[in-house]
Amino acid sequence: MQAIKPKNDRINRRSFLRVSSVAAGGLFISLYLDLPAIAHETTQEPPPKVYPPDAFVHVRSDGKILITVNRLEFGQGVQTSLPMILADEMDADWSQVVSELAQAAEVYKDPVFGFQMVGGSGSIAHSFTQYRELGAKTRAMLIAAAAERWKVSPDQCRTENSVVYGPAGKSTRYAELAERAARQPVPGKVSLKSPSEFRLIGKKVPRLDSVAKCDGSQKFGLDLDLPGMKIAVVAHPLVFGGRVKSFDDKEARRLDGVKDIFEIPLVNGSGVAVVADRFWTAKQARDLLKIDWDLSGLERVDTSELWTKYKELARTPGNVAVARGDDKAMSRIPVARRIVAEYEFPYLAHTPMEPLNATVRFEGSKAEAWVPSQFQTMDQMTVAQVLGLKPDQVTFHTEFAGGGFGRRAVIDSHVPREAATIAKRLRGTPVKLVWTREDDVRGGYYRPMHAHRVEIGIGADGLPGAWRHVIVGQSILAGTPFAVMMIKNGVDQTTVEGVSDTNYNIPNFHLSAHNPTVNVPVLWWRSVGNTHTAFVMETVIDELATRARMDPIAYRRKLLKPEAKKLLAALDLLDQQSGWRNSLLKGHAAGISCHECFGTAVACAVDVSIENNRPKIHRATVAVNCGLAVNPLTIESQFQGGIGFGVTQLMAGGAITFKDGRVQQRNFDGYTPPYIVDAPVTVDVHIVSSTEAPTGCGEPPVPVISPAVVNALARLTGKRYRSLPLASV
Amino acid sequence: MATYQLNVNGQTKKVDADPSTPLLWVLREELKMTGTKYGCGISACGACTVHLNGVATRSCIVPVSLIGNQKITTIEGVGADPVGRAVQNAWVEKDVVQCGYCQSGQIMSAVALLKATTKPTDTNIEESMGGNLCRCATYVRIREAIKRAAEQLT
Repeated sequence: MQAIKPKNDRINRRSFLRVSSVAAGGLFISLYLDLPAIAHETTQEPPPKVYPPDAFVHVRSDGKILITVNRLEFGQGVQTSLPMILADEMDADWSQVVSELAQAAEVYKDPVFGFQMVGGSGSIAHSFTQYRELGAKTRAMLIAAAAERWKVSPDQCRTENSVVYGPAGKSTRYAELAERAARQPVPGKVSLKSPSEFRLIGKKVPRLDSVAKCDGSQKFGLDLDLPGMKIAVVAHPLVFGGRVKSFDDKEARRLDGVKDIFEIPLVNGSGVAVVADRFWTAKQARDLLKIDWDLSGLERVDTSELWTKYKELARTPGNVAVARGDDKAMSRIPVARRIVAEYEFPYLAHTPMEPLNATVRFEGSKAEAWVPSQFQTMDQMTVAQVLGLKPDQVTFHTEFAGGGFGRRAVIDSHVPREAATIAKRLRGTPVKLVWTREDDVRGGYYRPMHAHRVEIGIGADGLPGAWRHVIVGQSILAGTPFAVMMIKNGVDQTTVEGVSDTNYNIPNFHLSAHNPTVNVPVLWWRSVGNTHTAFVMETVIDELATRARMDPIAYRRKLLKPEAKKLLAALDLLDQQSGWRNSLLKGHAAGISCHECFGTAVACAVDVSIENNRPKIHRATVAVNCGLAVNPLTIESQFQGGIGFGVTQLMAGGAITFKDGRVQQRNFDGYTPPYIVDAPVTVDVHIVSSTEAPTGCGEPPVPVISPAVVNALARLTGKRYRSLPLASV
Repeated sequence: MATYQLNVNGQTKKVDADPSTPLLWVLREELKMTGTKYGCGISACGACTVHLNGVATRSCIVPVSLIGNQKITTIEGVGADPVGRAVQNAWVEKDVVQCGYCQSGQIMSAVALLKATTKPTDTNIEESMGGNLCRCATYVRIREAIKRAAEQLT
């Protein structure tokens, strides 16, 4: 059904239109054929301010409406919610809507970030208006076509469910108007619906990809099968940055089906690539390699030594992130009313269910890549660079991804880079690079390890009167193109986010950070800095509430700034919806947390008991304030799942550790994310009614769960939990 | 290399493979049945779950040489069975999936559970589904869908 698009060609709209209308009897609603839209795709200019509808909507003669999604679908549901937004303004018949993921192209870049990507919980937030306008323009062109045919004024026409209605009982289906509509001028400005006119936005619309994901037919990047395709695996150095001194591949080459074995450069160091007909052969051959590594001059990280160093650093002020109020305020508060809290957060791997992969075919003057990518623009540029091509010579397909959580948004594009490096040598042959789970667990790009030290002087009113906070952790963005914007006064803003922008009204506040350099590649992990900063803030605040003998919700309300309206509304809704807190079973306790990030405010209450020295999370109640709720069903799912994902931090096996520079875990037997027994039994999600602009829901669920759980544990045991992973309760 | 006759979803399939090759890779690469997923390769995540003679089995650690004439059921064929159909329907009705990568394995484990236990409790569910990892953590909806399928089947 979607095969009509000539995927192997860069989109040449002129020929595309021809091919499409002949082959499928339908037309792209296209007016930009002679305009510079095509040129945009070949340059590095910012994305166009005017988005050509033909790149996003295709009304087919059979009534199907194909909507192109400018994002990766990896669970978050944009493959459904972005088409919903467009279809609503277009008055399309939702039952006829199909959607597809866009190739890498200028026109599909994020309208705010300026490159094609998924991150920062921005898909809906950044493309809401874009997709509404596309839908409204398409609708206007369909109306113009009908009006032209009927020789009436467009004002006399209205639309509903893929039909244009005119005066005197006239009506025509969109499909019949597509060709004529494509010849209409694209309107410059269109009026958008008022919320009361929405037919899809705000409704619980089921996912479009459910059936394919339940019968095994959905193809992910790893499922790609091309004629003549070979499978590659790479032996990576066991210490980051290691180089191949020499290797013996005699035994490996004896395996039937091994095609080639050779050394390749990596982003950092080098490795040995094995190419075979089949994955199992490639993996076995890799196991048979004897590699002599050059590890000279490399830092050999040892986690326990690193903790010692980090804790020492945390006792000295770092580069200042925020300095507010009176620096001497602490000294005026009696020592008996001061708390010092030291926290530890380990390295965390993302471990998306689908192991990392990329497929590349190099054909000299052009190439094709198939990647489940959160960073299409960067990945396409990297593949091009490795192959000595321009980005527009690389047709870059966005493949469905089995999760990502940030791991497929890598600035150095190391996975597509490896695939391209191997494919370059095997010119003409498609090469699918597979990272095994072991490669993934040991391959770096972790949520950085962090130490926090907080000293709080409590005022006579029980509220914090002075706050000194030091955070230690590697910078995610140092040395990247993002550094210019995101490193301020020597502080990586992703290290301190969640504290630096706290919604709590803390008068004398000093926050500083150390960003040490460590030989471990680090990366954003769903909700980035908020993974640790919200944990610190919400456990400390809870401790202060306990000391003040106040209800944890009431204390937070009192301490929040009045302008933190989104979070206050979420707390109010949580209070209303968590009446169960008053009727807990014996041995159970409730824990509270709240946090705002990526523009979305979340308040959370959990019902926790202790089973086998572990927290058992019986229930989580979540109140969400994300502005207008585009698809409440997706939001509910994102929050249920994001809460479960956040439990990773609490797992006994939720840590990547190092000894002599080597990762001590290798797979899910050592690095253990939450299984069904570990996640909350139920998660009820309540959405604050709002007509404000929608904000993201991918990351905001994650930070709240772990502090809420340990706050409940503290009520059960009287202990405070400041070191993660949670070894034993 | 050796030749094997496999009974997959009621059909006989002939494959040439190294005897050590896990069933998972025979399904995916020889038979091009990619609904069964690779997640860990050490039976720690359940993404590769298939049924061997009706028993939920991690296909990533079973060499093809040990399959013999056992009946293999995969996600592509499980819908032919009333329990399988009911579970798939319940999964869609409850909008369970997110990224969807683990769901073939989740569904195969759930079908095995419902064949053994018509009215599973939360404890039954935790036991039977306890080895199926979902990084999107769709667990709440998985529980609901299993209960929904159980209702539909009685």
